Amino acid sequence: MFPAEYYFQQLFNGIVFGSMYALLALGMTVIYGILRLIHFAHGALITIGGFIFYVFFTVFGFPFIAVMGIVIALGGLLGVVLDVIAYRKVVGGPEVSMLITSLGFYIFIENLMKLIATPQPYPFKPPMFLDRLFSEWLITFRTVDLFIVITSVAIMLLFNLFVKKTKIGLAMVATAESGETARMVGININRIISLAFIIASAIAAITGFMWGSKYGQISYDMGFTAGVKAFVAIVIGGVGSIPGAMLGGMILGMLEMFSVAFLPPGYAGYRDGIVFFVLILILIIRPSGILGEKEVK
Amino acid sequence: MHSLKTTFERMNRPLTYLLAVPVLFLLLWVVQSSMSQYVILIVTFIGIYIIAAVSLNITNGYAGLFSLGHAGFMAIGAYTSALLTFPVKLREVFALAPLPPLLGGPEFQWPFLPALLMGGILAAIIAAIVGIPVLRLRGHYLAVASLGLMILINAVAMNFRNLTRGSIGINSIPKYTNIWWSYGWAVLTIYVVWRLVNSSFGRAMMAIREDETAAQVQGINLLKYKLLSFTIGAFFGGIAGGLYAHLSGAIMPWVFSFNLTFQIVIMVVVGGQGTIFGPALGAVILIVLRYVLKPLEEGLGVYGLVELIYATLLIFIMMRRPEGLLGLSRKFSK
Repeated sequence: MFPAEYYFQQLFNGIVFGSMYALLALGMTVIYGILRLIHFAHGALITIGGFIFYVFFTVFGFPFIAVMGIVIALGGLLGVVLDVIAYRKVVGGPEVSMLITSLGFYIFIENLMKLIATPQPYPFKPPMFLDRLFSEWLITFRTVDLFIVITSVAIMLLFNLFVKKTKIGLAMVATAESGETARMVGININRIISLAFIIASAIAAITGFMWGSKYGQISYDMGFTAGVKAFVAIVIGGVGSIPGAMLGGMILGMLEMFSVAFLPPGYAGYRDGIVFFVLILILIIRPSGILGEKEVK
Repeated sequence: MHSLKTTFERMNRPLTYLLAVPVLFLLLWVVQSSMSQYVILIVTFIGIYIIAAVSLNITNGYAGLFSLGHAGFMAIGAYTSALLTFPVKLREVFALAPLPPLLGGPEFQWPFLPALLMGGILAAIIAAIVGIPVLRLRGHYLAVASLGLMILINAVAMNFRNLTRGSIGINSIPKYTNIWWSYGWAVLTIYVVWRLVNSSFGRAMMAIREDETAAQVQGINLLKYKLLSFTIGAFFGGIAGGLYAHLSGAIMPWVFSFNLTFQIVIMVVVGGQGTIFGPALGAVILIVLRYVLKPLEEGLGVYGLVELIYATLLIFIMMRRPEGLLGLSRKFSK
């Protein structure tokens, strides 16, 4: 029905989008693990990351590597700000009110961006060396696609190493396991929480660059869909499971690509419907997500 | 804040309700006869949001089933009622399919009340069908599944063009909804919830919310009660949607999407989940806030200001009163 190349092409596209979702879901799940907070404002950080890149790269013309450094640093800084001014005070409350608080932060940041950057979308161009098109081989891709996949894999591997091999990473896992016990054995919980926010937010800011170069534009409200998708991804993978979050992101990306690629023409509008139909089926089969443990009350 | 709460607690008596209803309608009559069209419209909208928030509270607040799908049920109600009452003469112009013989045939235009009820019933039927497999899920899993249901309903509204006209939406819907329809249903919804909560059904629902296993041990049929609360919530959600369609006169699929769903959830949580008047209060405060601030935003030319203040207030309320404005602290019940 389709040539083999077509399948490879869609598979590759799915991996590219899946990597971005996986990165976002990774950050969200790290924060969830420690604070039991669905961090909806996580999506806002990709908006901010995208705009920071735009300002420093396109407007000021800084070199790419330096801009990436700035994106990571400012993203991380913003994470600390969010943590200190915001979440410290609501932690431990009912989960719904924490959810609404983070939704409140999302609405706040989005509208602040709207005020600062105006509602128009901005054209977003990655640097030249990431914008090259290759179509000689089996599939067509741009260098930025490779950048997304390689960076994502690298970040996930590094994070895995960090969690398993370093002392502070282990402390983070311990805090996620049980905050009280971690405190008893002398872990400085507040530092761990800040660190989780720094890591997650820096990753989200980089994802903002990827998102922008994939869609070719950035706008003040791009973070909403991203936040919802990250939330969906961690739930599909199993709330609280780090590998689950990444798997959930990948599945979501693949589903989106494949439902567009293999729908008959004229049915493209059903994409989101089909994606969520499959996701509901997955949840019915695995009520605690794919890699999630059975919820204990 | 505290005195407000105790006042409401004291009001938790049937006699007070009986007195409150005429007072409410008297106030509405004053609004109706002395205020501008614009104010009347907003007040009527508030009534619809009250219905939506109070009905979502049945599932989210009392039964503990965190649903994000309410906008989907509202869409079902809105489209059903709009299509059934759509003027016969205009159907061809709008490229809408005529009603099938079973629903009265091409020359028939439904009166408002049956069409509205039909919208609610259809929403309830969909809720029941979807609920059987989906209500086994809990917490975030149910949230995503119900959000998915909303997206599915949206996809249908977007793509069944000869039924819903897709993204263009339907306009010229007869504007039947007025302040009396809106608040008549709002009072009915609150009454139903109040009766539900103070019945064995309500106690079973809350027992499930507190501890599913313990409830099951007591002999409570989990699926039955979850399904019933989901279905009743969906019914009134459908009614709210129908009233909305006949008030604004135009519906588009995107109206019933993330924004609406989250807004209603916010109303419920801000007012106080699992309280009778909390969601209604949340709806009033949040809508009034928007319309009061709007002229300020336009005057200053700072677009986004309303949302910034809205978000700040939201965060502030959640920090100070995590259980919602009228919510009781449940610290000890954990």
